[in-house]
Amino acid sequence: MNRLDELESQSIYILREAYNRIDSLSMLWSLGKDSNVMVWLARKAFFGRVPFPAILLDTGNELDEVYAFRDQYVDEWGLDYINAICPGYEETDPTLTSNARAAARKTLGLKRVIEENGFRGIFLGIRRDEQAVRSKERVFSPRGEDGAWDYKDQPPEFWDQYKTEFPPNTHVRIHPLLAWTEVDIWRYIEREQIPVVPLYFAKDGWRYRSLGEKDITRPVQSNASTIEEIIAELETTREPERAGRTMDHDSEDAFERLRQAGYM
Amino acid sequence: MEARAAKPNIQQIRTDAPRDLLKLVVVGHVDHGKSTLIGRLLYDTDSLPEGKLEELKVISQRRGMSLEWSFALDAFQAERDQAITIDTTQIWFKTPKRDVVIIDAPGHREFLKNMVSGAAAADAAVLVIDAAEGVREQTRRHGYLLHLLGVRQVAVVVNKMDLVDYSAQRFGDLVHEVTSYLAGLGLEPSFLLPISARDGDNVAVPSTNMSWYDGPTVLQAFDRFHVLTAPVEQPLRLPVQDVYHFDDRRIIAGRIESGILRAGDTLLFSPSNKIVKVRALEAWNAEPPIEAHAGQSVGITLEEQIFVERGEVISHVENPPPLTSVFRASLFWMGHTPLEPGRRYKLKLATKEANVTAETIERIIDTDSLAPRSGDKVERNMVAEVIFRSREVLAVDEYRSLARTGRFVLLDGYDTVGGGSISLEGYPDQRDALTIRSTNVFSVEHGVTGTSRAERNGHTGGVLWFTGFSGAGKSTLAMEVERRLFQKGYQVYVLDGDNVRRGLNANLGFSPDERAENIRRVGEAAALFADAGFICITAFISPYQADRDRARGAAQRVDTNAFHEIHVHADLATCEERDPKGLYKKARSGEIRDFTGISAPYEPPAAPELTVDTGNESVDDCVAAIIGHIERNFTMKERSGG
Repeated sequence: MNRLDELESQSIYILREAYNRIDSLSMLWSLGKDSNVMVWLARKAFFGRVPFPAILLDTGNELDEVYAFRDQYVDEWGLDYINAICPGYEETDPTLTSNARAAARKTLGLKRVIEENGFRGIFLGIRRDEQAVRSKERVFSPRGEDGAWDYKDQPPEFWDQYKTEFPPNTHVRIHPLLAWTEVDIWRYIEREQIPVVPLYFAKDGWRYRSLGEKDITRPVQSNASTIEEIIAELETTREPERAGRTMDHDSEDAFERLRQAGYM
Repeated sequence: MEARAAKPNIQQIRTDAPRDLLKLVVVGHVDHGKSTLIGRLLYDTDSLPEGKLEELKVISQRRGMSLEWSFALDAFQAERDQAITIDTTQIWFKTPKRDVVIIDAPGHREFLKNMVSGAAAADAAVLVIDAAEGVREQTRRHGYLLHLLGVRQVAVVVNKMDLVDYSAQRFGDLVHEVTSYLAGLGLEPSFLLPISARDGDNVAVPSTNMSWYDGPTVLQAFDRFHVLTAPVEQPLRLPVQDVYHFDDRRIIAGRIESGILRAGDTLLFSPSNKIVKVRALEAWNAEPPIEAHAGQSVGITLEEQIFVERGEVISHVENPPPLTSVFRASLFWMGHTPLEPGRRYKLKLATKEANVTAETIERIIDTDSLAPRSGDKVERNMVAEVIFRSREVLAVDEYRSLARTGRFVLLDGYDTVGGGSISLEGYPDQRDALTIRSTNVFSVEHGVTGTSRAERNGHTGGVLWFTGFSGAGKSTLAMEVERRLFQKGYQVYVLDGDNVRRGLNANLGFSPDERAENIRRVGEAAALFADAGFICITAFISPYQADRDRARGAAQRVDTNAFHEIHVHADLATCEERDPKGLYKKARSGEIRDFTGISAPYEPPAAPELTVDTGNESVDDCVAAIIGHIERNFTMKERSGG
């Protein structure tokens, strides 16, 4: 088994553990490269099906190409799709910076869709190599009644035994891609020929490396217009992946505060 | 920091294919410089993101420190403020040969559970020791935990050599101390390195301050560790993770923990001891493979439909896992409440969950001296050897022969409180005592023959299998028939949901699989009653002909005429109108799923031995018809005559 085979097998194991142990699951489908890989892995794990809903936390501000991609693949992949409209900017924590407040709309949207549907488990396509705070995450990450992450007292997680027992009124975030790197994701997309939003490929010297909403995401300078070129670029770059995501960079603990409150 | 020019040239690494990934955990006493070493490695391999060095300088200055490398890893505000690592983190970098993911594990004793979470997945470990402070409590404890977690490749790194004037003597003394400790655990370090992480001595480039040392640098040592792979060459173990019926296939899903599985293999399920052949390996968007190896998550279909549930372990018939209800464990404890003999915990071993009781604490191990002592409880952060007992028989492995199915975690309520590895030394494999294998089944002739029983009872034994819709009157008729037969001197007994679900089938729910198994067990139990000379009446909806045929097969092993299928008939509308338990109402509202007649099919018997129509006939008439049938088929001549 090579590295991609191992990652794939481990992710499938995680997806199947959650599906067996946790009632009422759903998957956040942000439509980015990672969440498309996650949907793909679910179809592998469950022999062609995604046996739980796929949710887009919709602020109305996604890039146009992202919406077009969604409309095509909801049908093509046979997804049980939930379009979760996020509450407005004015409902977010005013002590956050404006970039972070825009991001916090998703936190509120997530909280709402969990409450409305009674979900006990949410799959998210976050990875440890994306961001230092995310690198501290567990694969099965329990959340309190308010959706908060108690990062100072996380449960032990070893030998592939995950936390699947919880008090009522709490939920668990499940992270099947936690061990993948950005390059792993692209190599897997290449190997499996998984469709992605075309914005990842360079046009006129710019490409999106990470997709967020229109107002808080910027493209990066790049000439990588194919998957091979993206992989070659990533193998040597020292630019962080989320450099184009403005909300991370407002203060030392900007992202930590967002995540503690329940952001992805 | 000045060594930038001498960094290895990482631009020459291959990027055209995925490289090896070495998972490496860095452990050691708090403040001995774990995070500093990692920060320095990132810097020396050009792995710090653009602008990170500047950011670290600013953050360090803000806290009145000189450049603090560990801030590269300590992501939480609280970690930077207290300059300690709270939770394990992971960070990637490239050596010329491979990718390395470094797991930075907290050194603080109170964060043991986080250290374990980081270290358990590692291929290799770096044990960092402060040259000035020497071996400390957590140095030894972490060494011990590496041993318990099964990390066998260890590099001992003596850090802060600058604080002891780069003394070869001091390095030699420390190395002697730590290697003799590790030797007590059966661990032999792969590398012993003197370094100064802050200044980069022997990290990525050989130190000019320690010319007496001619071994590898830290980076070179990383390239010499082995990346561990799943044990393909060992006996097959495939713990059942789930059973799917998304379409007409019934797919058993799980991950192969060791060995190889091929289509056509004969498999043994433990502890149920069922034997069945693999029909195929299933796959989506790919050709079905003909074999699969350790490490792969697979789905298989079987030649025969047998009842299988999560937690069973699939092996080949040769080399199966031992079965036991008692075992010894080397245990590390993380619970806030101490482990005490007599307390019950939930055990998770691969996909199996079972209740176990801590029976005896054999010894508590002082991780400082490795000296065993006795004790009546195991406190948080201690390690011990404990005997556990389970009520059910478990399929387990010896940790030292098959690690992945020989280790377990314990839960107390919602929380994981411990982890352990299994030793069966001194405990026999209970498999032989528990099973009659198809290879050595000899039916033992009972001293008392069926004929003698029938002569004494005045009737032969048999099974009257009542089938029909809920509300058709199966139980009512069964009870009345039983009462009248008993009065007539018959040996008679009724099996119904009430007495069977309470004990024999208490572990079964209402999924389609579990219903099938419920009926299978009833069929087997009824056959035993028949063999014992009883008239056994069963009252179950039993909607599927296949299930009833299997019950017939079981009874026919006793006597070819022992099984009589009796269709207790009433049309659905009548049954729904009666609705004695309110079940139809719940089924109509969707509260009960898969309800026979409403949301699940009923297959009427093709050729029942008797049909009674409770919709059009009175209970008395139906009872009389059944008793007449019994007298004609089971009663000895003398009795029916009298």
